[in-house]
Amino acid sequence: MLTVNATHNHPSRRREVLRSLNLVFGNPLTTLGLVIIVVLLLTAIFAPVLAPYPDQGKGLSNLKERLAAPSWNHPLGTDNLGRDIFSRILFGARISLQAAVFVVLIVVVIGVPLGLIAGYFGGKTDELIMRFADMILAFPSLLLAIAIVASLGPSLFNALFAISIPWWPWYTRLMRSQVISIKEMQFIESARAIGVSRWRIMFRHILPNCLSPIIVQATLDMGYIILAIASLGFLGLGTQPPAADWGVMVSEGREYFMKQWWISTFSGAAIFLTVLAFNLLGDGIREAMDPKIRWRFQKM
Amino acid sequence: MLRFILKRFFWLFFVLLGLCAITFVLSRVVPGDPAAVYLGPRAKAEQLAEVRVKLGLDKPLHVQFLYYLEDLLRGDFGESLRTHRPVMVGIWEHLPASLELMFSAMLMATLIGIPLGVISAKKENTLTDHFSRFFAVASTSLPSFWLAMLFQILFFKWLGLFPIGGRMDTVVSLVNPIEKITGFYVLDALLSGNWTALKNVLHHLFLPAVTLASYSTGVITRMTRSTMLEVLREDYITTARSIGVGEGEILFVQGLRNALAPTLTAAGLGFAYMLIGTVFIELIFFWPGIGTYVTNAILLNDYPVIMGVTLLMATFYVVVNLIVDILIALVDPRIRFE
Repeated sequence: MLTVNATHNHPSRRREVLRSLNLVFGNPLTTLGLVIIVVLLLTAIFAPVLAPYPDQGKGLSNLKERLAAPSWNHPLGTDNLGRDIFSRILFGARISLQAAVFVVLIVVVIGVPLGLIAGYFGGKTDELIMRFADMILAFPSLLLAIAIVASLGPSLFNALFAISIPWWPWYTRLMRSQVISIKEMQFIESARAIGVSRWRIMFRHILPNCLSPIIVQATLDMGYIILAIASLGFLGLGTQPPAADWGVMVSEGREYFMKQWWISTFSGAAIFLTVLAFNLLGDGIREAMDPKIRWRFQKM
Repeated sequence: MLRFILKRFFWLFFVLLGLCAITFVLSRVVPGDPAAVYLGPRAKAEQLAEVRVKLGLDKPLHVQFLYYLEDLLRGDFGESLRTHRPVMVGIWEHLPASLELMFSAMLMATLIGIPLGVISAKKENTLTDHFSRFFAVASTSLPSFWLAMLFQILFFKWLGLFPIGGRMDTVVSLVNPIEKITGFYVLDALLSGNWTALKNVLHHLFLPAVTLASYSTGVITRMTRSTMLEVLREDYITTARSIGVGEGEILFVQGLRNALAPTLTAAGLGFAYMLIGTVFIELIFFWPGIGTYVTNAILLNDYPVIMGVTLLMATFYVVVNLIVDILIALVDPRIRFE
C-alpha cells in the first residue's frame, strides 16, 4: 500500500523556512538592506505623489531658483536648472528600478534558456554555448558595455542593451550547473522513460526546479546593475537629460561641485545607498543559504 | 604543470581571437558609413567611394576581419579620428600614467585588505569584525566617481591636504623636471634622485590611488575573511596552537598560505574593476592616462580609439587572469590536477 507522504513533511518544512528567515533577518544589517529596498520601491512607485515638485522631477526647469542651497522649500537644494533635487532623486529611483528590472529580464530571457539547453544536451552544444559565454566573460563588463553604447549611440535603451550583453553569461553558467545536477534525478529519468519529449522535460520539469537560485542571483545583481546604469549615465552614455537619472545628476553637478556640493553629493548618495542595500540583503541571503555558515550559527 | 600552462595559453589564444571578433563587429556596427566618419561631413561621393576601397569596406566581412587581424598583429589599431595619429601611439603615451595608478592602487588594496581580512576572521563576531565587514560591503557599493568627488572636496577644498588632481604641480615640473626613463614618474624620480619631484608626485598619486583601491580593498577583505574563517577551523591550526606556535605565525603564515588562492582570485577580480574604475577616477582627478584618453574619445565619437583601448584593456585583463590562474596553480597543487 503506497501512501503519499507529502503532508508528513509539513511541520519540518515550515521549521526550515522559519529558521532560514530567522537567519536572514537575525542579522540587523540584512534587515537594514531590506528596509532600504522597500523604501526605494515605494518611492519609485509613489514618486509623483511623494515628490514636492513632480514636474521638476521630470525635468521642468525653474531658473529663478537655480543652484539654491538646501532649505525648507528644497530640502536637498536645487540644481543648475533650479530643479528640486529631492524630487529628481525620487523620480530617479523610478528610472533606476525600471531600467534594472528591464536588464534583469533580458539577461534572464537570454541566459537561462541557453544554460538550460547547454546543461541538458551536453556535448558539442554545451561546449559551443559555454565557450561563447566564457568569451564574453573574458571582457571587463562595463568596458564592453561602454564600447557597445559608443558604437550604437547614447540612449537609455542602448545602455540597457549594452549592460545585458556582458551579464547574461553568468546566468547561463548558473542555470547550466543547476540543470546538470537535476537532470540525473529519478523524476527526470521516469519522465524520459514514459516518453515525454525533451523540450517538455526541459521547460516543464527541469526549469521550475532551478528557478530559485536564479531569482536570488537576479535580486543580488540588481544593485550592481543600478550602479552600471548610473556609471554609464555619468559618462553621458545612458539616460539623456532632462530625465532624472542619478548618474546624470552626479555628472551635471560636477561643474558646480566645489560651491554647490549638494547636487552631486545627494544623487551619488542615492546610488550608494541603493547598491549598499542590495549588497547587504544579498550577503544576508547568501549566508543563510550557505550550509557551512548556517552550521556555525545554528544552536545545536 | 607545463600541460596546465599550455592548455591555458591555448585557451588564451581563442579568447583573444574572440575579443578581436567582438571589437570588429562593434566597429562595423557604427551607425553611418565608416568612410563618411573617416572623411568628415563635407566629403564628395567619389572621395567616399575611394576611401571605401582604401579601408577595404567593399570586401566581404570575413575578408575585412582578416585584414583587421593582420593590422592588429602589426600593432595598427587605426588612427584617431580626432588627431589622425595612430591609436597605438596615443595609447603608448597615456599608458604609463594609468599603470602607475593601478599598481599603486593594487598595492594599497592588498596591503590593507589582506591584514584586515585576517584580523576580521580572527576576531569573528566582535565589534572589530562587524566594523570591517560593514566597511568591506560599503566599499564595494560606492560609485567610484562619487567617492572621488567626495575625497576631492574633503581633502582639497575643506582640509587643503591634497591637490585637486593632475600628476604633478606645474611649478615643480618646470623647476625640477623629471628625467624621462620609464614614463613612470615615481620610478623615474627615484632613479634620478629627484626628491622634490618624488614628493610632489607621491602627493598627487595618493588620493586617486586610494579611491581606485577602495573597491578592491573591500573585495579582498571579504574574500580573505571568509577563507580564513574556513582555514582557522582546520585541525592543523589547532595542532599548531597546541604545540605552541605563536598566534602571529599561525595567522599570517600557516593560515594565510591556504587562504591565498581565493584571495588571489579576488585580487584578479579587483584588478578587472580597476581597469574600468580608472576611466572614472582619471576623469575626476584630471589624470592623463588611458581613462582620460578613452573618455575624450567617447565624447567625440572617436571609434578607433574606443575600440583600440577596449581591445587593449580586455587583452590586459585576460592576460592578468591567466597569470593569476598560473600563480594559484603554483601555490595550490590541488588546482593543477583538476
